[in-house]
Amino acid sequence: MPVRDSVTIVGASLAGLRAAETLRRDGFEGRLTLIGDEPHVPYDRPPLSKQLLAGDWDVDRISLSQPERMAGLDLDLRLGQRATALDVPAHTVDIEGVAEGYDGLLIATGARCRTLPGTEGIAGVHTLRTLDDGIAIRDALRSGSRRVVVVGAGFIGAEVAATALGYGLPVTLVEALPVPMGRVLGDTVGDVVAGVHVDNGMDLRCGVGVDEVCGTDRVESVRLSDGAVVEADLVVVGIGVVPNTEWLQGSGLTVDDGVLCDETCLAAPDVTAAGDVARWPNPRYGEVMRVEHWDNAVEQGAHAARRLMLSDEEAEPFSPVPWFWSDQYDRKVQMAGRPRADDEVSVVDGSFEERRFTAIYGRDGRLTAVFGMNRPRQVMQYRGLLERGASWSEALEFARDQT
Amino acid sequence: MRIVVDYDLCESNAICMQIAPDVFEVRDDDFLYVLNETPGEDRRAVMDEAAQRCPKQAIRVED
Repeated sequence: MPVRDSVTIVGASLAGLRAAETLRRDGFEGRLTLIGDEPHVPYDRPPLSKQLLAGDWDVDRISLSQPERMAGLDLDLRLGQRATALDVPAHTVDIEGVAEGYDGLLIATGARCRTLPGTEGIAGVHTLRTLDDGIAIRDALRSGSRRVVVVGAGFIGAEVAATALGYGLPVTLVEALPVPMGRVLGDTVGDVVAGVHVDNGMDLRCGVGVDEVCGTDRVESVRLSDGAVVEADLVVVGIGVVPNTEWLQGSGLTVDDGVLCDETCLAAPDVTAAGDVARWPNPRYGEVMRVEHWDNAVEQGAHAARRLMLSDEEAEPFSPVPWFWSDQYDRKVQMAGRPRADDEVSVVDGSFEERRFTAIYGRDGRLTAVFGMNRPRQVMQYRGLLERGASWSEALEFARDQT
Repeated sequence: MRIVVDYDLCESNAICMQIAPDVFEVRDDDFLYVLNETPGEDRRAVMDEAAQRCPKQAIRVED
């Protein structure tokens, strides 16, 4: 086992904090530095688009750790500080321009929102990633916003749009694909999600892009690719993220849509990566992937932390079944697995009409994914099958046994 | 060891049930039921994992 006196974790969000907790729980007693460029103690991002945005929860409710538990980790916690460079052979990381040595380094710098070109400097146009973003959008919703346009019906966009409707405002949700969350869910299930939005009064426009966000100082309207002009004084753009890797230029690490790691989450000797910023070959799928889900940050944070304490011979591959949830209105949707758009889809209980169902996805005789709408128990049962690598017929048989 | 669930936070994501089905069960009514509030000390690592993996951080493992 490698000897380590000091570990530095760059990124003080979910993956970084869980990594720190894992190291201490596993008995690491050396210096443990956690660096985050935001001024806040580590907080949980999922409530930003839901409870925090709705005004149901205050800021102190989304902290990821209790103060006494944080203190127990005995961290050198550097908030509001940014890592600016990494020298892998020299084992140094520049923090605010000052080089500091490390024995082990874990990269968890996450990702930032893509923006719509040409919207810089137009007031009223937001993205949502950080607590400060969430507070700004919440305050806009509270303080007299009259019409909202949300661009992109992925997770963030769909949740923000649903929450904004809860303020009693007219909301238009614009999505370039034929259905919300279509890239992950496929058209059949995405269509049901579309129905849920429409049921709740959403002005949902799918299959259209955004040509222009209009307004000089303040946003006034959004012009869509079908020629429609939608008035808006608040626009939230949710069109995906870009991994934060610029600071790694010249580090010697391979950066290609994230920090490229091996199967064990190792990016270079004594350097691992986890969470939204990490790309690695998941042996379960034979595919190099970068997973932006909450649960992956937890699991990969822990795995990458342990990896720093293991020799190459001891290290194990990181081979999770991806899992996510999303809450929109009173519907809880969850998916486990990694489906493709043309997978076979079979509803194994409930129905689309009652907005309460479990659907399984399959390809080449294998079960590839499960989706549930208000079906948490069933999703977890099929997730178990996915982890065992169950076949499509096994999954169908399991479904028959349940009824 | 005592398992305490904050039901105001719990959203029945059922992650805990997958980790320890003998302790946690999400039933058809979508509510979580704790089947055993005082699991044996030998289950501590598993209970810690359930607490850490809970998306709502609704599970506490108390001494």
